[in-house]
Amino acid sequence: MASVALSEAEKVYIVHGVQEDLRVDGRGCEDYRCVEVETDVVSNTSGSARVKLGHTDILVGVKAEMGTPKLEKPNEGYLEFFVDCSANATPEFEGRGGDDLGTEIANTLYRIFNNKSSVDLKSLCISPREHCWILYVDVLLLECGGNLFDAISIAVKAALFNTRIPKVRVLEDEEGSKDIELSDDPYDCIRLSVENVPCIVTLCKIGYRHVVDATLQEEACSLASLLVSVTSKGVVTCMRKVGKGSLDPESIFEMMEGSSARLAAPLGHFPAAPYQLVTD
Amino acid sequence: MAMEMRLPVPRKPVSESLGRETKKHLVVPGDTITTDTGFMRGHGTYMGEEKLIASVAGPVERVNKLICVKALKTRYNGEVGDIVVGRITEVQQKRWKVETNSRLDSVLLLSSMNLPGGELLGQGVLVQVPPSLVKRQKTHFHDLPCGASVILGNNGFIWIYPTPEHKEEDAGGFIANLEPVSLADREVISRLRNCIVSLVTQRMLLYDTSILYCYEASLPHQIKDILKPEVMEEIVMETRQRLLEQEG
Repeated sequence: MASVALSEAEKVYIVHGVQEDLRVDGRGCEDYRCVEVETDVVSNTSGSARVKLGHTDILVGVKAEMGTPKLEKPNEGYLEFFVDCSANATPEFEGRGGDDLGTEIANTLYRIFNNKSSVDLKSLCISPREHCWILYVDVLLLECGGNLFDAISIAVKAALFNTRIPKVRVLEDEEGSKDIELSDDPYDCIRLSVENVPCIVTLCKIGYRHVVDATLQEEACSLASLLVSVTSKGVVTCMRKVGKGSLDPESIFEMMEGSSARLAAPLGHFPAAPYQLVTD
Repeated sequence: MAMEMRLPVPRKPVSESLGRETKKHLVVPGDTITTDTGFMRGHGTYMGEEKLIASVAGPVERVNKLICVKALKTRYNGEVGDIVVGRITEVQQKRWKVETNSRLDSVLLLSSMNLPGGELLGQGVLVQVPPSLVKRQKTHFHDLPCGASVILGNNGFIWIYPTPEHKEEDAGGFIANLEPVSLADREVISRLRNCIVSLVTQRMLLYDTSILYCYEASLPHQIKDILKPEVMEEIVMETRQRLLEQEG
């Protein structure tokens, strides 16, 4: 992860501030920065979204292509994730520097979508064992300002919401060979239901408390973080711990119960009404 | 706890909100400034094909026969006598490398550490702003009446810290004061930090009066609300008006 150099005194200042629930920019431990979401930004994709969370800027594009279903799941389509940490984000990502972080994020995305309810994969099937839709989700990191996972998950959800998959008909002629016909009308398409697509909430442990939406400076003071992926109904699909430090089991329970449960609702209700202020 | 999501909105140009009569002539690199060859070329311009072309992006400034373009966003160019705040990035045998937002890293010799005016800083918050927005003044160390102190480095690094209660003479070596800072002081520091960030977003010049007026204008709002675009605009408008009233 991109990092900033901080002096010991600056770190001490940040850690003490967090214990008293007053962060450097005046936020409490459970406050997010203002998020800006825009969809339909890239014209030659099936769906796209751009999310700005403080200084973090993420661009996601979804392309729907036809392919053959996987052998073990012949009635379903699937999603493929690719994360590109561009050198624009920070000089550390120059050359192959961003590859490790990119693979880590992509693997996390695979894990959180690896369940039956997040996306209705059966709707992506065209004809079993032969044709299905594959959604290639490409994530581009434009600027890294802390809290990457949350912003990426919000952007992926918004892009999937924006995705338009053309309707197809399967025609069978006398010899038994199948032909796929795409409808001519560009507006004739199916949309995905993203109600159950989870969002990631990152909880960074700083001192004895945890914060959500950490900036780069706060991440530098935190030794361990917990990534929880929740849906709008409060269902946890995946949990992951990052960092060298240790987390005591009671504090993990507390972090999950408290923050992720409370944040599930606000994160889940978007993008139905993208301009709304929600409080609990 | 709240989480706010919004759609992006295009930013309003500054001159609209000010109601200024004279619009500044803004250029980007490659724009023709003038085809009149009677002018002298200043910084940020070059002569090409019998016309004066800009090499940086910014407003055109004209002083009699001298035309120059003042770049909006540049690295810091040092001048003798400037106060700068830097971050030590490397420790070598006899000197330290310091990052000061300039084209090259600065060098600090160990021998000059004991000269008056150079000191290591303890707890506080660093804000990075474009160097062109820091006004040149007689003194850059300000103890603001609201309860915190601020060092406005010419290189765009601004250090906000709690006002030390009494000046101690450290016999030798530097021991940072790592005691927790009180909540009241923290609130002042966070508020100042957000005010400085709002002034920078609206491209206002930074000096002790502008920061102080902005702080006072922000008092009715909660600290974390200052970073919302509407609140930011409102506070900076008020600050601008107060500064104009004060001038004349």
